[in-house]
Amino acid sequence: MAIIDSPAIKERSTVSIVMFTVILALLPSLFLQIGFFGYQILGNLFIGIGFALFLEAICLRLRNYPIRPFVLDGSAFVAAWLLIVSVPANIPIWTLLIGIFFSIVVAKHAYGGIGSNPFNPAMIGYAVLLISFPKIMTNWPVSEGFEVSNFIQFFEFFSFLNTNEVYDAVVSATPLDQIKTLLFLGEEVNILPISFSTLAPYQMIALLYFLGGLFLVYKKVITWHLPLSLILSIYFFSSLLYFYDQSTYMSPMFHLLNGATFLAAFFIITDPVSSPTTLKGKVIFGILIGLITVIIRNYGGYPDGIAFAVIFMNICVPLIEKFTQPKVFGYE
Amino acid sequence: MIKEQIQDGLWRQNAGLVQLLGLCPTLAVTVNITNGFALGVATIFVMMLSNISISPIRNYVPESARVPIFILVIAGLVTIVDLSINALSKPLYDALGIFIPLIVTNCIVLARVEAFASKNSTLPSLYDGFFMGLGLTFVLIILGAVREIVGNGTLFQNLHFLIGEKYQFLTIQLFDSSDGFLLAALPPGAFIALSALIVFLNLVNQKK
Repeated sequence: MAIIDSPAIKERSTVSIVMFTVILALLPSLFLQIGFFGYQILGNLFIGIGFALFLEAICLRLRNYPIRPFVLDGSAFVAAWLLIVSVPANIPIWTLLIGIFFSIVVAKHAYGGIGSNPFNPAMIGYAVLLISFPKIMTNWPVSEGFEVSNFIQFFEFFSFLNTNEVYDAVVSATPLDQIKTLLFLGEEVNILPISFSTLAPYQMIALLYFLGGLFLVYKKVITWHLPLSLILSIYFFSSLLYFYDQSTYMSPMFHLLNGATFLAAFFIITDPVSSPTTLKGKVIFGILIGLITVIIRNYGGYPDGIAFAVIFMNICVPLIEKFTQPKVFGYE
Repeated sequence: MIKEQIQDGLWRQNAGLVQLLGLCPTLAVTVNITNGFALGVATIFVMMLSNISISPIRNYVPESARVPIFILVIAGLVTIVDLSINALSKPLYDALGIFIPLIVTNCIVLARVEAFASKNSTLPSLYDGFFMGLGLTFVLIILGAVREIVGNGTLFQNLHFLIGEKYQFLTIQLFDSSDGFLLAALPPGAFIALSALIVFLNLVNQKK
């Protein structure tokens, strides 16, 4: 007689398998980022993630937790990865390490470690960096198109450490930021001097986030509620503005393809710890993040408001869950 | 007797770190040492004066009306301090802004009057007011120093508002202020720095 699992056990789904799938879904976009913006992001990933795991181990040790299982569960790995892909690739490494410190030590372990952190660790790190170092955080490397040489340079970097100045320091603001500044100066949308080649890298990376996200939904790592409600919400609220005045507000498609919309929709707000668990709650959470994001993008002081919207809505999660708790069967 | 007030004020019952009273000015004004120090000294004055004003009349104050009476005395004293700072250093007065008048509502002043001066004789009350205020001042200075160095790269900025224009050279510029870690100068930085101080104090207490 064959020994079978009880029917409830379908598949081994541990934290680390989930995190591994998330990384797999992020890989294609990383490939494009290297191609467009240079290999520096790889160095950031190595150093940043190493530092994140190091801090994680220290915190676990201080809190008397077993180190191996928690470090290997990959949550710190993913949090650091998400932070690193949201900051400019040419960020000074010490700035990045400050962000990692805040996301791992302050946002995660000071609040009780994985499972207890009310705020999304990656977004806390991002917000700390954005309000502390606005000059560094808004200067992205300028892309000169997809260059295979970026990959080759990466290996050269390892073989001839520090022999040549490998990266030219041409930087600019992201399209979202540039357009915001131009609109603020009174330009009209249809004559904005933003070329396709400026937009394309960001939008292609965003599309790969979208595809990676679909992969996660397909793999049932995340449900469709959070991403769909955020995307539709940003689309809806930005089209309201767009139809109100087409000369001063960007089109809804622009808002979807620029900034961190898709990254946030599939990878950031779906963080199982800091987002609501009820289905209705997820929809409310996504819609409100979209609304706040559109407001900050159009009227706020910062180019992209998703990080602040996520952090703000993270505080509201207990409230959302309280009001969306499904009724227990059999009770009034 | 005085030894107990010293220990309570500076460490065991430290107003800023143990009693967590008067957090509003503690967090709001400590963007640099000068502000922290000035507000601390102002608070010391108010606390000493209010303690020695309340203590002699403690037996005549009716129990049911004590808080309005205490507040009235404190408010009068704060007004004196407020006008004095305005007369002595206008820039400092502008920098501290609303927080000098707000010493009236500072819980630590009322708390010491209520908990100590209304139950003890005048001399211990004077000591209590002074050392409680001194403990708070130390916290304000440390917070101010940390936030100033990390957030702005300077030390003793604006100190010349306090002791005269010719001491402007005292300001130390450690690094360019545009490279500063802005968070430290913002309100969240105050919370984080304060919590770090509390952690330190608890660690030391645990070791004992």
